[in-house]
Amino acid sequence: MTRIRFQQSLDELKEQLLVMAGLAEQAIQRSIEAYRVRDLSICDLVTRSEVAINRLEREIDQAALDLLAMEQPMAIDLRFILAVIKINADLERVGDSAKAISDRVRNIDKMPAADLPVDIPKMATLASAMVRKCLQSFIEADAEMARSVLTMDDAVDAMNKAAYKSLTKVMEEQSHLAPQALNALMINRALERVADHATNIAEDVIFWVQGADVRHHKSVHGGRDANAKRTVVAEEIGKAKE
Amino acid sequence: MGVGIEVTTLNAWYGTNHTLQDINLNIPANHATALIGPSGCGKSTFVRCLNRMHETNPIARVTGTVRIGDVDIYADAKPVEIRRRVGMVFQRPNPFPTMSIYDNVAAGLKLNGYKNRQALDEIVEKSLKNSALWDEVKDELKKKSGASLSGGQQQRLCIARALAVDPEVLLMDEPASALDPVSTSKIEDLIFQLKSQYTIVIVTHNMQQAARVAEKTGFFLNGRMVEFDSTHKIFTNPADKRTEDYITGRFG
Repeated sequence: MTRIRFQQSLDELKEQLLVMAGLAEQAIQRSIEAYRVRDLSICDLVTRSEVAINRLEREIDQAALDLLAMEQPMAIDLRFILAVIKINADLERVGDSAKAISDRVRNIDKMPAADLPVDIPKMATLASAMVRKCLQSFIEADAEMARSVLTMDDAVDAMNKAAYKSLTKVMEEQSHLAPQALNALMINRALERVADHATNIAEDVIFWVQGADVRHHKSVHGGRDANAKRTVVAEEIGKAKE
Repeated sequence: MGVGIEVTTLNAWYGTNHTLQDINLNIPANHATALIGPSGCGKSTFVRCLNRMHETNPIARVTGTVRIGDVDIYADAKPVEIRRRVGMVFQRPNPFPTMSIYDNVAAGLKLNGYKNRQALDEIVEKSLKNSALWDEVKDELKKKSGASLSGGQQQRLCIARALAVDPEVLLMDEPASALDPVSTSKIEDLIFQLKSQYTIVIVTHNMQQAARVAEKTGFFLNGRMVEFDSTHKIFTNPADKRTEDYITGRFG
């Protein structure tokens, strides 16, 4: 084994990114918990973690830039560092989404409670599962596990569309609930974005491990026809219910 | 214009040492092809087989077929004719030290009996322009000796000397490894320009250099061609683990 110091630097970069991932995942879970129990002190924790996430994002980018400049990496090392830079950006955006959700919770807290036709915790469970799985695929350098995340995104998209439809209807038919419905819609949208970031991360893991660029290729995500796709969506929603 | 090179089941020996084993390779015309690999892997032997220089060593032997354009160089042509069609530039610049810059460039032509003074002048100028040296030496062509130039200039002089005999293929065996970064980048820019007119094969230990100048790259190991593919593929996602270990520096 040669280039021992370089390998140590790559290991350190991976560890740094995992710390970042831990913070981002925790932030999204906390924001959902804040929504579920309407606890503004949890929202404060999310706001604080965003500061740490932003700082770590800069540190990771700098470390990656240093390695690119000084080590001139090739092949799998080059793909790894590029993937880290992109995953880093996605994790920071997950932190932003967590912050956006907690801001909405603060708004909702000032309003009368409303029973809305949307299951935010269920969508949150699925989006969180995607984040956890894509990060696990990164830890284990497992491209197949990463591919399974791409499939899960369809379910989140379907839930988001359904929520959009039902909440728009609430706004049209029960205008006094429009503020609550709008906040719920924005939380839904933030969760859908979290799922998109998880998808991006999964795509970056595939690129790192296999050198394959699967972005913008639905067929590579599994090559499913419309019926099969509906089945997968139903299965994923079913799993989230459990 | 450059021509393609087709190598089929090429084997080479130094005495009993089997230095190249069953090399099959198609080198495209008018492109730069880089050959990489650890010291002693056979890449220099390989390029020396492309202009029949390998056999100048009395204990060396070659079997297999090398076609340059439509000529089978081991069956249909004399070594001298092949070396006119296939120019070579070495690691250390080797201008003829006592000759002027002009005579260095004209040496190959004169050796071939070329005597037309005006035509010689034109070829020397064209060759020095093609090797990006003309502007630096045009006022002292016949006053300065080749050896008085800097290392980088000497190497471009050797390239001009190779170009003067109008080859179709240019072999470069680590042409910039003895040069500073500025001279190296001049040689690389030159390779980039020359490949539209010549087929270039470059042996290099500098991976970034291979990545910068070549469209195709071959990885040699222990006398065998492990992988040959587009440079992009070799340096971003090679198919063979041994190639990846080598280019990421985890070899051995």
